[in-house]
Amino acid sequence: MLTLYIIMGSTELKKIDINKVRSDFPILKREVNGKPLVYLDNGATTQKPKQVIDAIIHYYEEMNSNVHRGVHYLSQISTDAFEVTRRKVKEFINAEHEHEVIITKGTTESINIIASCYGRAFIGKDDEIIISAMEHHSNIVPWQMLCDEKGCKLRIIPMTAEGDLDVETYKTLFSERTKLVSFTYVSNALGTINPVKEMIAIAHQHEVPVLLDGAQAVQHLKVDVQELNVDFFAFSGHKMYGPTGVGVLYGKENFLNNMPPYQGGGDMIKEVTLEKTTYNELPFKFEAGTPNIEAGIALANAIDYINELGLEAIKRHEDELLAYAIQELSKVKSIRFIGTAKEKSSVISFLIDGTHPYDIGVILDKLGIAVRTGHHCAQPVMDQFGIPGTVRASLAVYNTKEDVDVLVAGLNRAADMLL
Amino acid sequence: MTINEKQDELIEDFAFYTDWMEKYEYIIQLGKELPLIHDSYKTEEYIIKGCQSRVWLYPNMNEGKIDFTADSDAIITKGLVSLMVKVLSGHTPKEIASADLYFIDKIGLKEHLSPTRANGLLSMVKQMKLYAIALSA
Ligand SMILES: Cc1ncc(COP(=O)(O)O)c(C=O)c1O
Repeated sequence: MLTLYIIMGSTELKKIDINKVRSDFPILKREVNGKPLVYLDNGATTQKPKQVIDAIIHYYEEMNSNVHRGVHYLSQISTDAFEVTRRKVKEFINAEHEHEVIITKGTTESINIIASCYGRAFIGKDDEIIISAMEHHSNIVPWQMLCDEKGCKLRIIPMTAEGDLDVETYKTLFSERTKLVSFTYVSNALGTINPVKEMIAIAHQHEVPVLLDGAQAVQHLKVDVQELNVDFFAFSGHKMYGPTGVGVLYGKENFLNNMPPYQGGGDMIKEVTLEKTTYNELPFKFEAGTPNIEAGIALANAIDYINELGLEAIKRHEDELLAYAIQELSKVKSIRFIGTAKEKSSVISFLIDGTHPYDIGVILDKLGIAVRTGHHCAQPVMDQFGIPGTVRASLAVYNTKEDVDVLVAGLNRAADMLL
Repeated sequence: MTINEKQDELIEDFAFYTDWMEKYEYIIQLGKELPLIHDSYKTEEYIIKGCQSRVWLYPNMNEGKIDFTADSDAIITKGLVSLMVKVLSGHTPKEIASADLYFIDKIGLKEHLSPTRANGLLSMVKQMKLYAIALSA
Protein backbone atom coordinates (compact mmCIF):
# COMPACT_ATOMS: atom_id res chain seq x y z
CA MET A 1 0.00 0.00 0.00
CA LEU A 2 2.65 2.41 1.13
CA THR A 3 4.97 1.75 -1.79
CA LEU A 4 2.10 2.04 -4.22
CA TYR A 5 1.24 5.42 -2.79
CA ILE A 6 4.82 6.61 -3.10
CA ILE A 7 5.08 5.45 -6.68
CA MET A 8 1.85 7.19 -7.60
CA GLY A 9 2.90 10.30 -5.78
CA SER A 10 6.26 10.57 -7.43
CA THR A 11 5.49 9.62 -11.00
CA GLU A 12 2.38 11.56 -11.78
CA LEU A 13 0.43 14.28 -10.14
CA LYS A 14 -2.94 13.04 -8.99
CA LYS A 15 -5.90 14.84 -10.44
CA ILE A 16 -8.89 15.96 -8.42
CA ASP A 17 -11.94 13.83 -9.18
CA ILE A 18 -14.33 16.69 -8.68
CA ASN A 19 -17.53 14.65 -8.66
CA LYS A 20 -16.14 12.33 -6.04
CA VAL A 21 -14.89 15.28 -3.97
CA ARG A 22 -18.24 17.04 -4.15
CA SER A 23 -20.07 13.92 -3.10
CA ASP A 24 -17.91 13.83 0.03
CA PHE A 25 -19.45 17.11 1.24
CA PRO A 26 -23.10 16.53 2.17
CA ILE A 27 -23.92 20.21 2.55
CA LEU A 28 -23.14 20.91 -1.10
CA LYS A 29 -26.34 19.09 -2.02
CA ARG A 30 -28.59 21.49 -0.19
CA GLU A 31 -30.49 24.44 -1.55
CA VAL A 32 -30.47 27.98 -0.25
CA ASN A 33 -33.38 30.29 -1.04
CA GLY A 34 -34.63 27.69 -3.48
CA LYS A 35 -31.37 27.62 -5.44
CA PRO A 36 -28.55 25.08 -5.35
CA LEU A 37 -25.95 26.28 -2.86
CA VAL A 38 -22.84 27.82 -4.37
CA TYR A 39 -20.44 28.11 -1.48
CA LEU A 40 -17.69 30.66 -2.07
CA ASP A 41 -16.96 31.72 1.50
CA ASN A 42 -14.19 29.23 2.15
CA GLY A 43 -11.86 31.87 3.53
CA ALA A 44 -14.24 32.22 6.47
CA THR A 45 -14.66 28.49 6.92
CA THR A 46 -14.66 25.45 4.66
CA GLN A 47 -17.36 22.81 4.53
CA LYS A 48 -16.67 19.41 6.06
CA PRO A 49 -16.40 16.09 4.25
CA LYS A 50 -18.39 13.20 5.64
CA GLN A 51 -15.13 11.58 6.77
CA VAL A 52 -14.81 14.41 9.30
CA ILE A 53 -18.49 14.48 10.23
CA ASP A 54 -18.50 10.71 10.72
CA ALA A 55 -15.45 10.91 12.96
CA ILE A 56 -17.27 13.34 15.24
CA ILE A 57 -20.32 11.10 15.42
CA HIS A 58 -18.13 8.07 15.97
CA TYR A 59 -16.39 9.82 18.83
CA TYR A 60 -19.64 10.42 20.68
CA GLU A 61 -21.14 7.05 19.91
CA GLU A 62 -18.09 4.95 20.69
CA MET A 63 -15.37 6.81 22.51
CA ASN A 64 -16.61 9.77 24.52
CA SER A 65 -14.39 10.15 27.54
CA ASN A 66 -11.99 12.74 28.89
CA VAL A 67 -8.45 12.68 27.57
CA HIS A 68 -5.16 12.32 29.45
CA ARG A 69 -7.02 11.41 32.63
CA GLY A 70 -8.37 7.96 33.18
CA VAL A 71 -6.96 4.47 33.13
CA HIS A 72 -10.25 3.12 31.88
CA TYR A 73 -10.67 1.89 28.35
CA LEU A 74 -12.64 4.79 26.87
CA SER A 75 -10.29 7.35 28.27
CA GLN A 76 -7.40 5.49 26.75
CA ILE A 77 -8.88 5.23 23.29
CA SER A 78 -9.98 8.86 23.22
CA THR A 79 -6.55 9.95 24.45
CA ASP A 80 -4.89 7.79 21.80
CA ALA A 81 -7.10 9.26 19.10
CA PHE A 82 -6.38 12.78 20.27
CA GLU A 83 -2.67 12.05 20.19
CA VAL A 84 -2.97 10.58 16.70
CA THR A 85 -3.99 14.07 15.64
CA ARG A 86 -0.88 15.53 17.19
CA ARG A 87 1.24 13.07 15.27
CA LYS A 88 -0.59 13.78 12.04
CA VAL A 89 -0.20 17.52 12.51
CA LYS A 90 3.50 17.01 13.14
CA GLU A 91 3.78 15.16 9.84
CA PHE A 92 1.48 17.57 8.04
CA ILE A 93 3.68 20.57 8.80
CA ASN A 94 6.87 18.51 9.17
CA ALA A 95 7.65 19.59 12.71
CA GLU A 96 10.69 17.99 14.28
CA HIS A 97 8.88 16.81 17.41
CA GLU A 98 5.32 15.92 18.30
CA HIS A 99 5.52 17.92 21.52
CA GLU A 100 6.09 21.06 19.48
CA VAL A 101 2.46 20.78 18.38
CA ILE A 102 0.07 22.48 20.81
CA ILE A 103 -3.61 21.82 20.21
CA THR A 104 -5.55 25.07 20.63
CA LYS A 105 -8.99 26.46 19.82
CA GLY A 106 -7.76 28.01 16.60
CA THR A 107 -5.46 30.56 15.06
CA THR A 108 -6.73 33.32 17.32
CA GLU A 109 -5.90 31.41 20.46
CA SER A 110 -2.55 30.31 19.05
CA ILE A 111 -1.52 33.91 18.40
CA ASN A 112 -2.80 34.99 21.79
CA ILE A 113 -0.70 32.33 23.48
CA ILE A 114 2.42 33.80 21.92
CA ALA A 115 1.41 37.37 22.69
CA SER A 116 0.63 36.42 26.25
CA CYS A 117 3.41 33.95 27.10
CA TYR A 118 6.27 35.02 24.88
CA GLY A 119 5.24 38.61 25.48
CA ARG A 120 5.17 38.21 29.25
CA ALA A 121 8.60 36.62 29.33
CA PHE A 122 10.57 38.38 26.63
CA ILE A 123 8.98 41.69 25.65
CA GLY A 124 9.27 44.82 27.76
CA LYS A 125 8.96 48.58 27.68
CA ASP A 126 10.12 50.25 24.46
CA ASP A 127 10.68 46.91 22.76
CA GLU A 128 9.36 46.54 19.24
CA ILE A 129 7.18 44.01 17.46
CA ILE A 130 6.92 43.97 13.68
CA ILE A 131 3.62 43.04 12.03
CA SER A 132 2.33 43.78 8.54
CA ALA A 133 -0.31 46.07 7.11
CA MET A 134 -2.33 43.11 5.81
CA GLU A 135 -2.97 41.24 9.04
CA HIS A 136 -6.25 39.80 10.21
CA HIS A 137 -7.44 41.53 13.38
CA SER A 138 -6.36 38.46 15.34
CA ASN A 139 -2.76 39.24 14.42
CA ILE A 140 -3.08 42.92 15.32
CA VAL A 141 -5.16 43.25 18.45
CA PRO A 142 -3.23 40.82 20.71
CA TRP A 143 -0.07 42.84 19.98
CA GLN A 144 -1.81 46.13 20.64
CA MET A 145 -3.04 44.74 23.94
CA LEU A 146 0.47 43.64 24.79
CA CYS A 147 1.81 47.09 23.88
CA ASP A 148 -0.78 48.77 26.08
CA GLU A 149 0.25 46.57 28.95
CA LYS A 150 4.01 46.58 28.48
CA GLY A 151 4.69 49.86 26.76
CA CYS A 152 6.15 48.17 23.70
CA LYS A 153 5.61 49.43 20.13
CA LEU A 154 4.39 48.06 16.83
CA ARG A 155 6.26 48.62 13.59
CA ILE A 156 4.27 47.96 10.44
CA ILE A 157 5.49 46.39 7.20
CA PRO A 158 3.77 48.48 4.52
CA MET A 159 1.81 47.10 1.60
CA THR A 160 1.90 48.23 -2.03
CA ALA A 161 -1.17 49.29 -4.00
CA GLU A 162 -1.25 45.80 -5.55
CA GLY A 163 -1.36 44.18 -2.14
CA ASP A 164 2.25 42.94 -1.89
CA LEU A 165 4.28 43.46 1.25
CA ASP A 166 7.12 45.93 0.81
CA VAL A 167 10.04 43.70 1.70
CA GLU A 168 12.65 46.42 1.19
CA THR A 169 11.03 48.58 3.86
CA TYR A 170 10.60 45.54 6.08
CA LYS A 171 14.39 45.17 6.13
CA THR A 172 14.73 48.66 7.55
CA LEU A 173 12.27 48.16 10.42
CA PHE A 174 14.62 46.15 12.61
CA SER A 175 16.43 47.65 15.56
CA GLU A 176 18.15 46.18 18.58
CA ARG A 177 14.79 46.50 20.33
CA THR A 178 12.92 44.26 17.88
CA LYS A 179 11.72 41.22 19.80
CA LEU A 180 9.31 39.46 17.49
CA VAL A 181 7.99 39.49 13.94
CA SER A 182 4.47 38.27 13.16
CA PHE A 183 2.80 38.20 9.77
CA THR A 184 0.50 36.16 7.66
CA TYR A 185 1.47 33.60 5.07
CA VAL A 186 -1.60 34.30 2.92
CA SER A 187 -3.81 37.38 3.23
CA ASN A 188 -7.43 36.54 3.97
CA ALA A 189 -8.62 39.84 2.49
CA LEU A 190 -6.56 39.90 -0.70
CA GLY A 191 -5.18 36.41 -1.27
CA THR A 192 -1.57 37.60 -1.44
CA ILE A 193 0.95 34.83 -0.79
CA ASN A 194 3.85 36.47 1.00
CA PRO A 195 7.51 35.55 0.40
CA VAL A 196 7.67 34.10 3.88
CA LYS A 197 10.85 32.09 3.59
CA GLU A 198 12.81 35.15 2.58
CA MET A 199 11.10 37.27 5.25
CA ILE A 200 11.82 34.73 7.97
CA ALA A 201 15.48 34.60 6.94
CA ILE A 202 15.68 38.39 7.17
CA ALA A 203 14.31 38.34 10.73
CA HIS A 204 16.77 35.62 11.66
CA GLN A 205 19.67 37.72 10.40
CA HIS A 206 18.63 40.08 13.19
CA GLU A 207 18.17 37.14 15.57
CA VAL A 208 14.47 37.86 15.91
CA PRO A 209 11.97 34.97 16.00
CA VAL A 210 8.98 34.85 13.66
CA LEU A 211 5.36 33.86 14.17
CA LEU A 212 3.62 32.96 10.95
CA ASP A 213 -0.18 33.05 10.67
CA GLY A 214 -1.00 30.05 8.50
CA ALA A 215 -4.80 30.26 8.75
CA GLN A 216 -5.19 30.82 5.01
CA ALA A 217 -2.19 28.76 3.96
CA VAL A 218 -2.37 25.17 5.16
CA GLN A 219 -5.45 24.27 3.12
CA HIS A 220 -3.84 25.49 -0.10
CA LEU A 221 -0.06 25.07 0.13
CA LYS A 222 2.35 22.50 1.48
CA VAL A 223 3.88 23.99 4.63
CA ASP A 224 7.13 22.64 6.04
CA VAL A 225 7.97 24.47 9.24
CA GLN A 226 11.54 23.16 9.29
CA GLU A 227 12.20 24.18 5.73
CA LEU A 228 10.72 27.63 6.42
CA ASN A 229 12.69 27.63 9.66
CA VAL A 230 9.75 29.43 11.24
CA ASP A 231 9.73 29.72 15.02
CA PHE A 232 5.98 29.72 15.61
CA PHE A 233 3.17 28.73 13.27
CA ALA A 234 -0.58 29.08 13.85
CA PHE A 235 -3.59 27.70 12.00
CA SER A 236 -7.25 26.67 12.40
CA GLY A 237 -8.90 23.33 11.77
CA HIS A 238 -12.14 24.77 10.45
CA LYS A 239 -10.54 26.44 7.43
CA MET A 240 -8.96 23.16 6.30
CA TYR A 241 -12.08 20.97 6.10
CA GLY A 242 -11.83 20.15 9.81
CA PRO A 243 -14.10 20.95 12.74
CA THR A 244 -14.49 24.32 14.40
CA GLY A 245 -13.00 24.89 17.82
CA VAL A 246 -9.64 23.29 17.15
CA GLY A 247 -6.40 24.70 15.85
CA VAL A 248 -2.69 24.43 16.20
CA LEU A 249 0.21 26.34 17.59
CA TYR A 250 3.53 24.98 16.48
CA GLY A 251 6.58 26.31 18.28
CA LYS A 252 10.24 25.38 18.28
CA GLU A 253 10.95 23.33 21.37
CA ASN A 254 13.40 25.68 23.03
CA PHE A 255 11.09 28.68 22.67
CA LEU A 256 8.13 26.78 24.08
CA ASN A 257 10.20 25.45 26.96
CA ASN A 258 11.34 28.92 27.89
CA MET A 259 7.87 30.43 27.84
CA PRO A 260 5.63 30.48 30.92
CA PRO A 261 2.33 28.59 30.59
CA TYR A 262 -0.81 30.22 29.16
CA GLN A 263 -3.74 29.30 31.36
CA GLY A 264 -3.59 27.47 34.63
CA GLY A 265 -5.71 24.42 35.26
CA GLY A 266 -5.90 20.70 34.85
CA ASP A 267 -3.61 18.79 32.49
CA MET A 268 -0.93 21.49 32.44
CA ILE A 269 0.53 20.64 35.83
CA LYS A 270 2.98 18.09 37.14
CA GLU A 271 2.33 18.62 40.81
CA VAL A 272 0.11 21.01 42.69
CA THR A 273 0.31 21.87 46.32
CA LEU A 274 -1.39 24.85 47.79
CA GLU A 275 1.99 26.55 48.01
CA LYS A 276 3.51 25.76 44.65
CA THR A 277 2.84 24.09 41.34
CA THR A 278 5.27 22.59 38.92
CA TYR A 279 4.21 22.63 35.33
CA ASN A 280 3.78 19.74 33.00
CA GLU A 281 6.03 19.20 30.04
CA LEU A 282 5.37 20.13 26.46
CA PRO A 283 2.89 20.08 24.89
CA PHE A 284 0.57 19.80 27.92
CA LYS A 285 2.01 22.87 29.60
CA PHE A 286 0.01 24.92 27.10
CA GLU A 287 -3.11 22.77 27.10
CA ALA A 288 -4.90 23.54 30.34
CA GLY A 289 -8.37 22.15 30.82
CA THR A 290 -10.49 19.74 28.83
CA PRO A 291 -10.00 20.44 25.13
CA ASN A 292 -12.55 20.21 22.35
CA ILE A 293 -11.94 16.49 22.15
CA GLU A 294 -14.15 15.52 19.22
CA ALA A 295 -12.77 18.34 17.13
CA GLY A 296 -9.24 17.46 18.12
CA ILE A 297 -9.78 13.89 17.07
CA ALA A 298 -11.57 14.70 13.82
CA LEU A 299 -8.83 17.11 12.77
CA ALA A 300 -6.82 13.99 11.97
CA ASN A 301 -9.53 13.00 9.49
CA ALA A 302 -9.34 16.41 7.84
CA ILE A 303 -5.58 16.02 7.48
CA ASP A 304 -6.07 12.53 6.03
CA TYR A 305 -8.61 13.95 3.64
CA ILE A 306 -6.22 16.63 2.41
CA ASN A 307 -3.37 14.14 2.16
CA GLU A 308 -5.44 11.71 0.16
CA LEU A 309 -6.30 14.36 -2.38
CA GLY A 310 -2.76 15.71 -2.21
CA LEU A 311 -1.95 19.34 -1.59
CA GLU A 312 -0.26 19.66 -4.97
CA ALA A 313 -3.37 18.42 -6.72
CA ILE A 314 -5.54 20.69 -4.60
CA LYS A 315 -3.35 23.65 -5.43
CA ARG A 316 -3.39 22.89 -9.12
CA HIS A 317 -7.17 22.61 -9.12
CA GLU A 318 -7.58 25.83 -7.18
CA ASP A 319 -5.02 27.73 -9.26
CA GLU A 320 -6.81 26.75 -12.45
CA LEU A 321 -10.09 27.81 -10.97
CA LEU A 322 -8.64 31.09 -9.73
CA ALA A 323 -7.33 31.91 -13.20
CA TYR A 324 -10.70 31.03 -14.73
CA ALA A 325 -12.56 33.10 -12.12
CA ILE A 326 -10.40 36.16 -12.70
CA GLN A 327 -10.82 35.82 -16.45
CA GLU A 328 -14.61 35.49 -16.22
CA LEU A 329 -15.11 38.08 -13.49
CA SER A 330 -13.11 40.59 -15.52
CA LYS A 331 -16.04 40.63 -17.96
CA VAL A 332 -18.47 41.87 -15.31
CA LYS A 333 -19.41 45.50 -15.80
CA SER A 334 -17.69 48.00 -13.46
CA ILE A 335 -15.78 45.33 -11.55
CA ARG A 336 -12.64 46.40 -9.76
CA PHE A 337 -10.30 43.85 -8.21
CA ILE A 338 -8.77 44.72 -4.86
CA GLY A 339 -5.43 43.01 -4.43
CA THR A 340 -3.60 41.93 -7.55
CA ALA A 341 -0.43 40.57 -6.03
CA LYS A 342 1.99 38.53 -8.09
CA GLU A 343 1.49 35.41 -5.99
CA LYS A 344 -2.12 34.80 -5.08
CA SER A 345 -4.09 32.08 -3.42
CA SER A 346 -7.78 31.29 -3.89
CA VAL A 347 -9.18 34.60 -2.69
CA ILE A 348 -10.73 37.18 -5.00
CA SER A 349 -11.70 40.49 -3.46
CA PHE A 350 -13.57 42.98 -5.61
CA LEU A 351 -16.03 45.81 -5.85
CA ILE A 352 -18.60 46.69 -8.43
CA ASP A 353 -18.11 50.40 -8.77
CA GLY A 354 -21.24 52.31 -7.85
CA THR A 355 -22.54 49.62 -5.52
CA HIS A 356 -21.93 48.72 -1.90
CA PRO A 357 -20.54 45.24 -1.11
CA TYR A 358 -23.48 44.68 1.23
CA ASP A 359 -26.00 45.15 -1.61
CA ILE A 360 -24.14 42.64 -3.74
CA GLY A 361 -24.00 40.17 -0.85
CA VAL A 362 -27.76 40.38 -0.24
CA ILE A 363 -28.64 39.76 -3.87
CA LEU A 364 -26.13 36.93 -4.28
CA ASP A 365 -27.57 35.33 -1.15
CA LYS A 366 -31.01 35.36 -2.74
CA LEU A 367 -29.45 33.42 -5.60
CA GLY A 368 -28.02 30.79 -3.28
CA ILE A 369 -24.48 32.14 -3.55
CA ALA A 370 -22.48 32.51 -0.33
CA VAL A 371 -19.75 35.15 -0.45
CA ARG A 372 -18.34 37.33 2.28
CA THR A 373 -18.87 41.07 2.26
CA GLY A 374 -17.35 43.72 4.48
CA HIS A 375 -13.89 44.31 5.86
CA HIS A 376 -13.04 40.62 6.45
CA CYS A 377 -11.58 41.40 9.88
CA ALA A 378 -8.84 43.37 8.17
CA GLN A 379 -10.01 46.96 8.52
CA PRO A 380 -6.52 48.46 8.07
CA VAL A 381 -6.35 46.81 4.64
CA MET A 382 -9.67 48.40 3.65
CA ASP A 383 -8.50 51.76 5.00
CA GLN A 384 -5.39 51.62 2.85
CA PHE A 385 -7.52 51.08 -0.24
CA GLY A 386 -9.93 53.76 0.96
CA ILE A 387 -12.96 51.47 0.76
CA PRO A 388 -15.50 50.29 3.33
CA GLY A 389 -15.10 46.66 2.35
CA THR A 390 -15.14 44.28 -0.56
CA VAL A 391 -17.03 41.32 -1.88
CA ARG A 392 -14.84 38.29 -1.39
CA ALA A 393 -15.16 35.00 -3.20
CA SER A 394 -12.81 32.39 -1.79
CA LEU A 395 -12.35 29.00 -3.38
CA ALA A 396 -11.86 25.49 -2.06
CA VAL A 397 -11.13 22.13 -3.61
CA TYR A 398 -14.82 21.34 -4.19
CA ASN A 399 -15.53 24.49 -6.20
CA THR A 400 -16.03 24.25 -9.93
CA LYS A 401 -16.10 26.40 -13.03
CA GLU A 402 -19.88 26.12 -12.84
CA ASP A 403 -19.74 27.79 -9.42
CA VAL A 404 -17.77 30.62 -11.00
CA ASP A 405 -20.29 30.87 -13.84
CA VAL A 406 -23.17 31.12 -11.36
CA LEU A 407 -21.30 33.83 -9.49
CA VAL A 408 -20.67 35.81 -12.66
CA ALA A 409 -24.32 35.54 -13.69
CA GLY A 410 -25.37 36.58 -10.17
CA LEU A 411 -23.10 39.61 -10.28
CA ASN A 412 -24.44 40.66 -13.65
CA ARG A 413 -27.94 40.41 -12.27
CA ALA A 414 -27.02 42.37 -9.16
CA ALA A 415 -25.34 45.05 -11.27
CA ASP A 416 -28.48 45.33 -13.41
CA MET A 417 -30.61 45.83 -10.33
CA LEU A 418 -28.32 48.19 -8.51
CA LEU A 419 -26.76 50.36 -11.18
CA MET B 1 -52.70 58.07 8.33
CA THR B 2 -51.84 56.26 11.52
CA ILE B 3 -48.73 54.17 11.83
CA ASN B 4 -50.81 51.03 11.50
CA GLU B 5 -52.67 52.27 8.43
CA LYS B 6 -49.33 52.97 6.81
CA GLN B 7 -48.12 49.52 7.73
CA ASP B 8 -51.22 47.94 6.24
CA GLU B 9 -50.76 49.91 3.05
CA LEU B 10 -47.19 48.70 2.71
CA ILE B 11 -48.28 45.13 3.33
CA GLU B 12 -50.74 45.50 0.46
CA ASP B 13 -48.09 47.02 -1.80
CA PHE B 14 -45.71 44.21 -1.12
CA ALA B 15 -48.38 41.58 -1.74
CA PHE B 16 -48.08 42.42 -5.44
CA TYR B 17 -44.55 41.10 -5.52
CA THR B 18 -44.30 37.38 -5.36
CA ASP B 19 -40.80 37.06 -6.61
CA TRP B 20 -37.87 38.19 -4.40
CA MET B 21 -36.33 40.14 -7.22
CA GLU B 22 -39.37 42.32 -7.69
CA LYS B 23 -39.49 42.82 -3.97
CA TYR B 24 -35.91 43.97 -3.83
CA GLU B 25 -36.37 46.15 -6.86
CA TYR B 26 -39.22 47.82 -5.03
CA ILE B 27 -37.04 48.26 -1.94
CA ILE B 28 -34.32 49.81 -4.09
CA GLN B 29 -36.97 52.13 -5.55
CA LEU B 30 -38.11 53.10 -2.06
CA GLY B 31 -34.50 53.93 -1.23
CA LYS B 32 -34.60 56.58 -3.90
CA GLU B 33 -37.62 58.18 -2.21
CA LEU B 34 -35.91 58.47 1.17
CA PRO B 35 -35.89 62.06 2.49
CA LEU B 36 -32.15 62.62 2.62
CA ILE B 37 -30.35 63.76 5.72
CA HIS B 38 -28.59 67.11 5.40
CA ASP B 39 -24.86 66.65 4.80
CA SER B 40 -24.05 68.54 7.97
CA TYR B 41 -25.69 65.78 10.01
CA LYS B 42 -23.74 63.00 8.31
CA THR B 43 -21.47 62.81 11.32
CA GLU B 44 -20.40 60.31 13.91
CA GLU B 45 -23.19 61.61 16.16
CA TYR B 46 -25.96 60.48 13.82
CA ILE B 47 -24.44 57.26 12.58
CA ILE B 48 -26.16 54.03 13.58
CA LYS B 49 -23.83 51.42 14.98
CA GLY B 50 -24.09 47.80 14.03
CA CYS B 51 -24.44 48.16 10.31
CA GLN B 52 -22.12 46.67 7.71
CA SER B 53 -23.21 49.56 5.57
CA ARG B 54 -23.28 52.99 7.16
CA VAL B 55 -26.59 54.56 8.11
CA TRP B 56 -27.15 58.10 9.29
CA LEU B 57 -30.45 59.10 10.84
CA TYR B 58 -31.59 62.53 11.98
CA PRO B 59 -34.83 63.26 13.88
CA ASN B 60 -36.38 66.67 13.47
CA MET B 61 -39.10 67.73 15.87
CA ASN B 62 -41.73 69.82 14.17
CA GLU B 63 -44.98 70.88 15.91
CA GLY B 64 -44.90 67.92 18.25
CA LYS B 65 -44.15 65.41 15.52
CA ILE B 66 -40.91 63.80 14.43
CA ASP B 67 -39.73 63.80 10.84
CA PHE B 68 -36.78 61.59 10.08
CA THR B 69 -34.20 62.15 7.39
CA ALA B 70 -31.57 59.53 6.71
CA ASP B 71 -29.06 58.08 4.28
CA SER B 72 -26.99 54.97 3.73
CA ASP B 73 -24.11 54.07 1.47
CA ALA B 74 -25.78 50.77 0.53
CA ILE B 75 -28.83 50.88 -1.71
CA ILE B 76 -30.77 48.02 -0.17
CA THR B 77 -30.13 49.31 3.32
CA LYS B 78 -31.33 52.70 2.14
CA GLY B 79 -34.56 51.08 0.98
CA LEU B 80 -35.04 49.43 4.36
CA VAL B 81 -34.40 52.75 6.10
CA SER B 82 -36.86 54.37 3.76
CA LEU B 83 -39.54 51.87 4.77
CA MET B 84 -39.02 52.66 8.44
CA VAL B 85 -38.97 56.39 7.83
CA LYS B 86 -42.17 56.20 5.79
CA VAL B 87 -43.95 54.40 8.59
CA LEU B 88 -42.68 56.42 11.53
CA SER B 89 -42.17 59.95 10.23
CA GLY B 90 -44.85 62.52 10.99
CA HIS B 91 -45.92 60.96 14.26
CA THR B 92 -45.64 62.02 17.86
CA PRO B 93 -42.81 60.69 19.98
CA LYS B 94 -45.35 58.73 22.00
CA GLU B 95 -46.81 57.02 18.92
CA ILE B 96 -43.36 56.17 17.64
CA ALA B 97 -42.10 54.85 20.96
CA SER B 98 -45.06 52.52 21.33
CA ALA B 99 -45.38 51.43 17.68
CA ASP B 100 -45.60 47.70 17.01
CA LEU B 101 -43.88 47.24 13.66
CA TYR B 102 -45.64 44.10 12.50
CA PHE B 103 -45.35 44.95 8.83
CA ILE B 104 -41.71 43.85 8.59
CA ASP B 105 -42.66 40.28 9.27
CA LYS B 106 -45.72 40.46 7.00
CA ILE B 107 -43.79 41.70 3.98
CA GLY B 108 -41.24 38.92 4.42
CA LEU B 109 -38.34 41.02 5.63
CA LYS B 110 -38.20 39.54 9.09
CA GLU B 111 -34.84 37.97 8.34
CA HIS B 112 -33.48 41.51 8.25
CA LEU B 113 -34.62 42.16 11.79
CA SER B 114 -32.52 39.56 13.51
CA PRO B 115 -29.94 41.09 15.84
CA THR B 116 -27.14 39.22 14.09
CA ARG B 117 -27.93 40.74 10.71
CA ALA B 118 -25.27 43.00 9.32
CA ASN B 119 -27.70 45.60 8.00
CA GLY B 120 -28.56 46.90 11.43
CA LEU B 121 -32.29 47.30 10.75
CA LEU B 122 -32.90 46.36 14.34
CA SER B 123 -30.45 49.00 15.59
CA MET B 124 -32.23 51.45 13.34
CA VAL B 125 -35.64 50.69 14.83
CA LYS B 126 -34.18 50.92 18.33
CA GLN B 127 -32.53 54.24 17.54
CA MET B 128 -35.75 55.71 16.14
CA LYS B 129 -37.57 54.73 19.30
CA LEU B 130 -34.77 56.08 21.49
CA TYR B 131 -34.96 59.42 19.71
CA ALA B 132 -38.71 59.42 20.25
CA ILE B 133 -38.32 58.73 23.95
CA ALA B 134 -35.63 61.39 24.28
CA LEU B 135 -37.71 63.95 22.40
CA SER B 136 -40.85 63.30 24.41
CA ALA B 137 -39.08 64.02 27.68
C1 LIG C 1 -5.35 35.21 8.10
C2 LIG C 1 -6.21 34.84 9.27
N1 LIG C 1 -5.71 34.86 10.50
C3 LIG C 1 -6.43 34.51 11.57
C4 LIG C 1 -7.75 34.15 11.47
C5 LIG C 1 -8.52 33.81 12.71
O1 LIG C 1 -8.84 32.47 12.72
P1 LIG C 1 -9.85 31.85 13.79
O2 LIG C 1 -11.06 32.73 13.79
O3 LIG C 1 -10.11 30.48 13.28
O4 LIG C 1 -9.15 31.85 15.09
C6 LIG C 1 -8.33 34.13 10.21
C7 LIG C 1 -9.77 33.77 10.06
O5 LIG C 1 -10.53 34.41 9.40
C8 LIG C 1 -7.55 34.48 9.09
O6 LIG C 1 -8.08 34.47 7.86
